[in-house]
Amino acid sequence: MNLRVFPLLLAPAMLLAQDGAGVNARLSAVEAAAKSAQSAGDNAWMLVSAALVLMMTGPGLALFYGGLVRRKNVLGTMMQSFVLMAVVTVIWAVAGYSLAFGGSGPFIGDFHFALLQNVGAAPNPDYASTIPQQTFMVYQLMFAIITPALISGAFAERMKFSAMLLFTALWSLLVYFPMAHMVWGKGGFLNAFSGGSIPCFDFAGGTVVHITSGVSALVCALYLGKRGGYPSTPMKPHNMTLSFIGACLLWVGWFGFNAGSALAASPLATSAFVATHFGAAAAALTWMVAEWIHVGKPSVLGGISGAVAGLVAITPASGFVKPFPALLIGACAGVLCYFMVVKAKHAFGYDDSLDAFGVHGCGGTLGALLTGVFATSLVNDGLKDAAGRVQPLGAVDGHFGQIWNQAIGCAISWVLAIVGTLVILKICDLLVGVRVSKEEELQGLDLSQHGEEGYILEA
Amino acid sequence: MKKIEAIIQPFKLDEVKEALKGIGIDGMTITEVRGHGRQKGHKEVYRGQEYNVDLLPKVKIEMVIPSNRYEEVLRTVTAAARSGKIGDGKIFVYDVAEAVRIRNDDRGESAL
Repeated sequence: MNLRVFPLLLAPAMLLAQDGAGVNARLSAVEAAAKSAQSAGDNAWMLVSAALVLMMTGPGLALFYGGLVRRKNVLGTMMQSFVLMAVVTVIWAVAGYSLAFGGSGPFIGDFHFALLQNVGAAPNPDYASTIPQQTFMVYQLMFAIITPALISGAFAERMKFSAMLLFTALWSLLVYFPMAHMVWGKGGFLNAFSGGSIPCFDFAGGTVVHITSGVSALVCALYLGKRGGYPSTPMKPHNMTLSFIGACLLWVGWFGFNAGSALAASPLATSAFVATHFGAAAAALTWMVAEWIHVGKPSVLGGISGAVAGLVAITPASGFVKPFPALLIGACAGVLCYFMVVKAKHAFGYDDSLDAFGVHGCGGTLGALLTGVFATSLVNDGLKDAAGRVQPLGAVDGHFGQIWNQAIGCAISWVLAIVGTLVILKICDLLVGVRVSKEEELQGLDLSQHGEEGYILEA
Repeated sequence: MKKIEAIIQPFKLDEVKEALKGIGIDGMTITEVRGHGRQKGHKEVYRGQEYNVDLLPKVKIEMVIPSNRYEEVLRTVTAAARSGKIGDGKIFVYDVAEAVRIRNDDRGESAL
């Protein structure tokens, strides 16, 4: 802060001491210094945020999911997260970034930034005017990595590695990039801040990340069918301590995910940081209490699952809501996701093995809808009319129609995820077959897919 | 020579070891095992899915001792391993035909 203010304070003194062209030169030097100082601050925060979001996938999600599967599948499950850090990165560099953020079409980007042409140190004022576009590009990449990784919770312990690679590559192209463009891209159909036809608020990815991944997860679970022996054979988590560490890393990484979505080291980032933390805390408590009342004991798995559910639900709302609505959104998410995971899943009988739908699909939908209720221009004054007046956001601002806009955004996300995932699964099934053989499933993914074991006790 | 095979609660291992040391018995082999006798298992719940765990973790102590000391050893192990609750475990005693110390071919009780 001092760096920014200091040259400005000196400016009047400089004016007195100089005259004519010298003054102008000095002024523009001062302006450049102020800009560069802001850019340095924003860029530092955004690079840290990008690293935090990558940490959510590996090790965060890899540990969380890895601990929840059986011992024989621990490496295969971790690999399903880790490999996306490589695969999606390459796709992103070739065309992904451009398809998500190039051009100004309503549904998908163009090839203006393909092969990362025109993506350099200069900011892209359409998205973030104070940081290098490369920073914005690599930050958004981390979102594109974790989103398909979330789906792996539904097809855990039974999907072929080759099919999983093909599936996630196609899924990024057909589901994620279009959805990211519609909600966040310039001119996007759902982008409230860029003249979208249906103005939808999604600060950090309720629709783009959690609904698309969670709903696709449900489709995968239904398409692949249950794991052999489910639900009569015991399929306990093999290492709850790994899951615990993973969930806590997710919680920390989520600050980069949500507060980083302010795209600047701004007060809005602080507000999103606070909302994120509050949402997670409330949901951890409500899930735990729901379980305590329902089953008799508050489990650790319940506590950490609740925290993740709260983080999911607060994601779309994080940059729009005050701290107490954030607590409320988290509290609702803890109860709803508990019900979905513990009751609804068993009632319908689908094997969403690690509850990617129950937590991300349901938590994401709830969060997106409640964003329409609690979003307020007191927190985010980014929405302005032609005359520059700040517009009301959600129902608490008196704009009840926003709930309807949010519902349409959710519906589009659901439909895109369902249709896209079904088509892609069918393609993968025809090309390589999506599911491992019965023998391979019995043997476990670690040995059958990767030729190694997670725990070699005699070594 | 007698072989004593004691299956005890894992958390009692240190007490049993100390007690045996107290009467001058050092040699033993320990294995982590799972099993149950009359003890019922317990219920675990993971995200609403219930599992009944009936094979519970226990520790198996194996040792071979001179025949004249086995009553004393039995009393010591039993006293140290007892919590008084169901699940404390069992002790089995076998006759041992021979013992060999591999290092120097000692046989019988002098090999123990």
